[in-house]
Amino acid sequence: MVEKKIRVLIAKPGLDGHDRGAKVVARALRDAGMEVIYTGLRQTPEMIAEAALQEDVDAVGLSILSGAHMALVPRILELLRGNQQEHVKVFIGGIIPNEDVPQMLKMGVTGVYGPGTITDQIIADIRRAVSSAAVQ
Amino acid sequence: MSLAEAVLAGSRLALARLLTHIESDTTEGRAALVELFAHTGRAHLVGVTGAPGTGKSSLVNHLALHFRTQSTAGVPRRVGIIAVDPSSPFTGGAILGDRVRMRDLSGDSGVFIRSMASRGSLGGLANATSGMVQAMDAAGFELILIETVGAGQAEVDIARLAHTTLVVEAPGLGDEIQAIKAGILEIADILVVNKADRPGVENTERALRSMLQLAHPSQRRVWHPGQAHPLLDEAAVTVEGEIWLTPILRSVATEGTGITELGMEIDRHRNHLLASGEWQLRERLRLEAELDALLQTTLVSRWRQTISPNEYRQVLNNLVERRISPWKAVEYLLNGGQT
Repeated sequence: MVEKKIRVLIAKPGLDGHDRGAKVVARALRDAGMEVIYTGLRQTPEMIAEAALQEDVDAVGLSILSGAHMALVPRILELLRGNQQEHVKVFIGGIIPNEDVPQMLKMGVTGVYGPGTITDQIIADIRRAVSSAAVQ
Repeated sequence: MSLAEAVLAGSRLALARLLTHIESDTTEGRAALVELFAHTGRAHLVGVTGAPGTGKSSLVNHLALHFRTQSTAGVPRRVGIIAVDPSSPFTGGAILGDRVRMRDLSGDSGVFIRSMASRGSLGGLANATSGMVQAMDAAGFELILIETVGAGQAEVDIARLAHTTLVVEAPGLGDEIQAIKAGILEIADILVVNKADRPGVENTERALRSMLQLAHPSQRRVWHPGQAHPLLDEAAVTVEGEIWLTPILRSVATEGTGITELGMEIDRHRNHLLASGEWQLRERLRLEAELDALLQTTLVSRWRQTISPNEYRQVLNNLVERRISPWKAVEYLLNGGQT
């Protein structure tokens, strides 16, 4: 029996082409000992849900700077549930207006991280969320 | 329904879960592999190896598309992909980025892509790769593409696992001395010069060709750790074409150029293996290597349970202080603390 590694999918849904933030987070999670599946730019919700299924990840991180989060995030959550992947924790980074954050959390998003977030915070949150999912 | 049964019934979720169990070496994973083993042995295992940045992932992407397309490859085959990327030696973390080049395959239920980290294994694959290949094989994937970590010269584990090994080169990576060194080029069943639209492609191809010409084809052997097996009884070779001559193919994977030819060559190699009896020989050697490896890890872990951590630490301390040599330490430990 080998220690179970935390596997995280980092994806950029939608059409904006800036993936620096996604790469910074991917690198930070790598340095925290996690296995990060990086999918690159311009992923559709279907592509993200399919990758999450095939890779059997514990968490999905979405980087959204386009303002389309109110359309993309519910769709991705719905597809994950449709695949019996409701245990997968979803967190969002990028530009999410403050007034939208409560709604995101209500939909079932684990955390929303804007510019200036300390990566240690994200790492700690993912670890906590994944270990609580494992206990359930 | 057990996990194995769900996999056999075609559940992608069950397959994904099983792959995780195998990778973490859990009791569920082992039990499922036991159950599934009788259903394995049908898939054509194709390894893709080569230096970092030669275009392995793009090539795998286009090869999978090729084998999914009726017009170029006949009956579409279900394609499984296992892509290995390196784990950090310090943190154990990894960035698995091979999917970035495989976005064309999304939405096709006849394709299943799984990324895995090497987790400290140094041969270009991870320890669990072979088990994961078995799971995909049992799940009915007829062609399994196994992409190694970016390999240098000696990461040759793939040749033990795959029926057909592609070694991918790109222009500008090395001269003729690199080409005659022992190691990765020797294991190629098919050599691919990718990025063939770049300058220097003729030089790369020439170096590879002269490397192949230096070796007499009848000397080709199935590679096995530390052993050379005669591929065929030389006297028995009467029909032309019974000896496989490693072909060199050009491709530009980003544009899909040369992929149809490469796909056909992969099928030709499969037919060659089946016709010459080498398929069975390779299977036998692979299972032998797997059995040996399992025996070793099981013996070591069994022995570990018999020795107290304290005693082990004591011996290690003695070793560090040069009071005992490594060989003496092994002897002492294996004799249960007697010298």
